[in-house]
Amino acid sequence: MSNDSHDMDMPDTVTSTEASLSGSLDGDYDDAAGYYTPGTPLVDEKAPQGPIADRWQNRKFEARLVNPANRRKLSIIIVGTGLAGASAAATLGEAGYNVKTFCYQDSPRRAHSIAAQGGINAAKNYKEDGDSVHRLFYDTVKGGDYRSRESNVYRLAEVSTNIIDQCVAQGVPFAREYGGLLDNRSFGGVQVSRTFYARGQTGQQLLIGAYQALERQIAAGTVSMFTRHEMLELIVADGKARGIIARDMVTGEVQTHLADVVVLASGGYGNVFYLSTNAMGSNVTAAWRAHRKGAYMANPCYTQIHPTCIPVSGSHQSKLTLMSESLRNDGRIWVPKNQADCDKDPREIAEADRDYYLERIYPSFGNLVPRDIASRAAKNVCDEGRGVGPEVEGVRRGVYLDFADAIDRLGRDAVANKYGNLFDMYARITGEDPYSVPMRIYPAVHYVMGGLWVDYDLQSTIPGLFVTGEANFSDHGANRLGASALMQGLADGYFVLPHTIRDYLADGPFEPIGEDHPAVVEARTSVTDRIEHFLSVNGTRSVDSYHRELGNIMWEYCGMERTETGLKKAIDLIRGLRDDFYRNVKVLGTSESLNQSLEKAGRVADFFELGELMCIDALNRRESCGGHFRGESQTEDGEALRHDDEFAYVSAWEWAGLDERPVLHKEDLVYTAIEMKQRSYK
Amino acid sequence: MNLTLKIWRQPDAVSAGAMHTYQLADVSPDMSFLEMLDVLNEQLNEQGEDPIAFDSDCREGICGMCGLMINGDAHGPEVTTTCQLHMRSFSDGETITIEPWRSDAFPVVKDLVVDRGAFDRIIQAGGYVSVNTGSAPEAHSVPVPKDDADRAFNVATCIGCGACVAACPNGSASLFMGAKVTHLGLLPQGQPERDERVVNMVAQHDHEGFGGCTNIGACTAACPKEIPLDVISQLNKDLRTAIKHGH
Repeated sequence: MSNDSHDMDMPDTVTSTEASLSGSLDGDYDDAAGYYTPGTPLVDEKAPQGPIADRWQNRKFEARLVNPANRRKLSIIIVGTGLAGASAAATLGEAGYNVKTFCYQDSPRRAHSIAAQGGINAAKNYKEDGDSVHRLFYDTVKGGDYRSRESNVYRLAEVSTNIIDQCVAQGVPFAREYGGLLDNRSFGGVQVSRTFYARGQTGQQLLIGAYQALERQIAAGTVSMFTRHEMLELIVADGKARGIIARDMVTGEVQTHLADVVVLASGGYGNVFYLSTNAMGSNVTAAWRAHRKGAYMANPCYTQIHPTCIPVSGSHQSKLTLMSESLRNDGRIWVPKNQADCDKDPREIAEADRDYYLERIYPSFGNLVPRDIASRAAKNVCDEGRGVGPEVEGVRRGVYLDFADAIDRLGRDAVANKYGNLFDMYARITGEDPYSVPMRIYPAVHYVMGGLWVDYDLQSTIPGLFVTGEANFSDHGANRLGASALMQGLADGYFVLPHTIRDYLADGPFEPIGEDHPAVVEARTSVTDRIEHFLSVNGTRSVDSYHRELGNIMWEYCGMERTETGLKKAIDLIRGLRDDFYRNVKVLGTSESLNQSLEKAGRVADFFELGELMCIDALNRRESCGGHFRGESQTEDGEALRHDDEFAYVSAWEWAGLDERPVLHKEDLVYTAIEMKQRSYK
Repeated sequence: MNLTLKIWRQPDAVSAGAMHTYQLADVSPDMSFLEMLDVLNEQLNEQGEDPIAFDSDCREGICGMCGLMINGDAHGPEVTTTCQLHMRSFSDGETITIEPWRSDAFPVVKDLVVDRGAFDRIIQAGGYVSVNTGSAPEAHSVPVPKDDADRAFNVATCIGCGACVAACPNGSASLFMGAKVTHLGLLPQGQPERDERVVNMVAQHDHEGFGGCTNIGACTAACPKEIPLDVISQLNKDLRTAIKHGH
């Protein structure tokens, strides 16, 4: 790879442990052969050229403007009110467009961005510790294991500084130093302090800021808010996205909403695993319905699994709770050496009988190895039968995170000062006191890097359909850095989409379509048919029981470690379960009122199809990169092995019909401002 | 453990509701309260009875979507959200009464689900700083004393769940309003609109049908985020100041 941009003079933070490796495959073997159809290569037509630092400025200049007088004639639908949706709705409302915004919750302030704890990155360099836009760009591309698009990531780093200014002006109460200026911390293993935070509730404070900006526009009449409304279909008329079919979840009314452009800011699909740190209602339906209408789904197998979550306590478990990774700074992770000790009181297990496996396998990084390595190692020891905590379905899935040494070394008060709120949360959920008994932790699905494919303008393969935030694929590659999800959501909504969408809207308003347009009729019929089907099956199993079983399949075969055999098995299992679901699901009640089982049925139906595509995508990608670990692609030491010669592409999947093979379009990833490196943590 | 559950069932906003009694066996103390209801719903679904509708989303105590009156207490016996309440707070053989939030300003939608849209409308009336995207000055151009920033954060942790209203004998949302007025009033960015904010929010609050505050303090006792009662004093003070300024 050449490094020919003008940014050559930027210092490089690659450590000496990194080697430039690349493996090769055995001949032309294709694991996913028979599961997909090869398609034509995909090119981002909007990809900007020129020096990387000028690309966004150039694109903003070239994107056509819309006269303020015309803006009120243009209508925009936004689905989702998290950071990406609320910020876009507020900004486009302020600009004078007619905006309609939808969320399934009772208020836009509930969106799951609110649960983000750690912080938000921005290249302010307030600490004068060598940070810069280029370094944030570099860290993000490297963190994504060189599977993200260079231009997009640079832009993200570039606008990150504006986000902080905007949020402070809104009254977001970030942590401050005694001098009254903003405090920063280092986060997620990076060597500079660029993370802005509001105690452990940064997502909440940023979302409330965006929510207030949105409510201000609702009061001003520029934005209409539809709460407890769920998008169930996309309307694509004459090749353009022109609206959505939504269900009023209170009255059951199926409504048509038409517009000049549609934006999906509907979040991630981690709930395909049933148990995840996502909210109960987080789902893929908006994105998946768009996918079925022609929007390509990119890198769906890229999933981030977080190592420090509270383990499952029984089959009743409905969701998982994350605890900050900072716990690994002082806690030591171990399991018993002998299976016989697994149900003993951990305090009675002698030091010699404990296996501090991360410290043993990775002596230089120890308990601070990256998320995916820590997660996989925990699964391995539990699979060996050395897990701890309650048995759930015959297996103990938990490892100890022990603060006894830290308490001895620093004192109980110092540990309480640092981690008190996390210890309290743990005690509340488990009923155990982590000051005296080691915590138990286990990995959980936390974030998905995959999502709908978008070009540099954040436009999908359907003209007029834009996708922002976690719902798109563009910025995090195969893995996301800590404190970067909030950054991306707000970057897209406040500073990127409002500029790129105007270039599309400059051709509008588009010819009005009526409710009798064949595309509208088709979309409505498809929604009502599906609802009627779910209510008429009258089978024997609840929606949740299917969802849980699907989640188990995904977790087992498409979770932390994926193999050809496992993935093929998963695809068969998912197809069988999906068929059974359509024949045997039991949804009571009617469609004319609030019906939470009915809502879940539609979401789970879409998760089945997504889950299958995730497995096919994982099968095709016979390399390990970021959050995607293929058992067949590892070094002799069991570390992830990337194959840049074969897989430096984005997998963009085109829907070909139910039970038809999806079509794979590859977008080559080209790096001009950065050199691809392989990581090592030994 | 085995429980008797008395639960409010109401098919929709206009129909009359009533308490129904259910028996639930083998409840694990490690279940969250909402997981206990999930298990009951599985049982009802199996028996062909419509599952009980209740709201929840993040289930980690931050989104504010859940909220039930449990044995007459908003969010139940612990200082936390309903989703973070666990069954170990109850005992075997206990009868638990479960109702929706009680407030005229939060009409019942179905069973245990209520409409809290009034909170959004109070925010619309002034719970924001008017700053358009892109017009913000450099973040460090205005220092904020750390004590003010910390206090602003503490009251900004309100999750908008509505427990304060449900707990209040007057059905007042003064704690909710006071938290927002105090949060923005402590920051330099909140000053230009300070007077209009409080006047308009209070007017909207009264228009929604929330009651007045008589300083009982049930709100702050029920608040899962422990928003202190003195935000209501701040609310009253800001309102007096605004009136003095001619609003």
